[in-house]
Amino acid sequence: MIPGEALIRAEGLVKDYTMGSSVVHALIDVDAEIDAGEFVAVMGPSGSGKSTFMNLLGALDRPTRGRLMIAGRDLAALDDDAQARLRNETLGFVFQQFMLLARTSAVDNVKLPLMYTALDREEKQRRAVAALERVGLAERMDHAPSQLSGGQQQRVAIARALVNRPRMILADEPTGALDSVTAEEIMRLFGELNAEGVTVVLVTHEEEIAEHARRCIRFRDGRIISDEWQEAA
Amino acid sequence: MNAERPGLNLSASLAIALKAIRTNSIRSLLTMLGIIIGIAAAIVAVSIAQGAGKQLTEQIEQFGTHVLQVRPGTSFFGGRSRGAGSARAVTDDDVEALLELDGIEAASGRALAGVTLVAGGRNWTTSLFGVGADFGLIQDWGIAQGRGITPGEARRGAKIAVIGKTVANELFEGSDPIGQRIRINRTPATVVGLLEEKGATSWGQDQDDTVWMPLETVRSRVARSAGSVVDDAGRIYLKVWDDLDVLDVQAEIEDLMRVRRNIQPGADDDFRVINFAEFIRARNETESLLGFLLAAFSATSLIVGGIGIMNIMLVSVTERTREIGLRRAVGARSRDVLTQFLVEATVLGLIGGLVGLALGVGGTMLAGRLGEFPVLLSPATLIGAVGIAVVIAVFFGYYPARRASRLDPIDALRFE
Repeated sequence: MIPGEALIRAEGLVKDYTMGSSVVHALIDVDAEIDAGEFVAVMGPSGSGKSTFMNLLGALDRPTRGRLMIAGRDLAALDDDAQARLRNETLGFVFQQFMLLARTSAVDNVKLPLMYTALDREEKQRRAVAALERVGLAERMDHAPSQLSGGQQQRVAIARALVNRPRMILADEPTGALDSVTAEEIMRLFGELNAEGVTVVLVTHEEEIAEHARRCIRFRDGRIISDEWQEAA
Repeated sequence: MNAERPGLNLSASLAIALKAIRTNSIRSLLTMLGIIIGIAAAIVAVSIAQGAGKQLTEQIEQFGTHVLQVRPGTSFFGGRSRGAGSARAVTDDDVEALLELDGIEAASGRALAGVTLVAGGRNWTTSLFGVGADFGLIQDWGIAQGRGITPGEARRGAKIAVIGKTVANELFEGSDPIGQRIRINRTPATVVGLLEEKGATSWGQDQDDTVWMPLETVRSRVARSAGSVVDDAGRIYLKVWDDLDVLDVQAEIEDLMRVRRNIQPGADDDFRVINFAEFIRARNETESLLGFLLAAFSATSLIVGGIGIMNIMLVSVTERTREIGLRRAVGARSRDVLTQFLVEATVLGLIGGLVGLALGVGGTMLAGRLGEFPVLLSPATLIGAVGIAVVIAVFFGYYPARRASRLDPIDALRFE
């Protein structure tokens, strides 16, 4: 990666969806840059394009037009394998519904991304335990998701996002399924991770959640309507 | 970043597959039922077919592939049998004439009579064969001790006998039978030879329970009955040279016999030439038919089983769409997903195949015991059966696995 190059650089991103005979313009000419180490909240009402933007940043979807550079690599130039590798090594995902595998222990859930790496068994175990320690759940590593509270489940999911040491965590409404006290704890954890150098981009529609970030990008009708720096809470 | 990244490793895929199968164990078992039944039926079918084939080979070897028999009487086929009793006999002259044919190595008449043997204070009822000097050669049946019937003895009707092992045991209880005097239906004879022990046929007849005398002796002294033809040869056994085609020689024999018996072209034969190999093959077709039916049933079952696997894999893929999306999000390539589901289908097939194998082996043994026909369980059959189960599973599992691997990550993640 070129020094000084932004971690994310979006140039004229367009995403259209065809719904039957009509075309939905989910993103219209979006330009944005996110540098390494930032903590960004992406906000907007539903249908504003914020989730589409996140999916593109996560290499889970391809833009209709425009250019998207992730960690110095042009997404359009990456084939399926290379995109999978980018998601595995550079990005970590956190979802609103946690997306943990049922009947699978916390530590095995955390190991999921490592399943697609060449690391040996001991190293996978070591990293998974370390990631669980980082989120304060080492003593629950043998618990299945059904034996954990919502906040704990989201911590396991965050440990899973961290386990392969990504440069950026993408969190889509990570507190949407949690009560406000637990949500605060999770946001504090994101703040700490960011302080340790991980870039965090999170999508939310709640102002209190967005206040934890130092930058807030607002979407409406497929366009960025504001992009402001703020005091982190 | 450019180094080749290894895919999902096999043991990880296996662990995922086993977990998925265990989670839905009843469903998985039901899915495997088609494969289980199909593989079990296949093993039973092949084992019966191989058993029948082995028996066929044994029987043909017992009679010899190059042995023909000429007997009086019309053919079974044609529906106008006049009965053996009314048929013209085949005679010593026929034996001589057939021996003139280039294709014939040896020929011998053979008359059969049930007799009671007496030696010392003992008696024994057995089958008496009145035969020529070459009968042993034709039957590939050697002499264990002493000697066989000589051509001279055969011609003049000497009062000598060659006995089988069972007869020797019954009459002489292990003491040397050679040179002993016996009475055969009141005709005295000297034992000159002991036949090699042949044991029982595969259908359980003791071949060693027999006594041979020259055909002429049997005709003139032992089994003499009013009205019988003086030179009746009973049935004629012929040995065809090994390097000749039996069917060609059989045709020559039939032509010669027709000429000798003045049978006009188009008229029915009043004799038959029996080809043992053909005869046994025809008899075994019944058992082959059973094998064929089972094989057809097994194939149907396997296809149904394969479709069952395809169906359940499609269900599994749909149920786990979000899991697939998650795996893609954390770095699984589409071919990792393909591998995962193919391994799962393979494991289903393998388990089904192994259970089918156990049932098939049990079923084969049961069939062999209840049906009283020979079965042959060969390792190749068992390995092949499990192999087929796996191949079917991979074949039918490929489409669902491919579908899973082609899912768009974001669509899969959002799937409700």
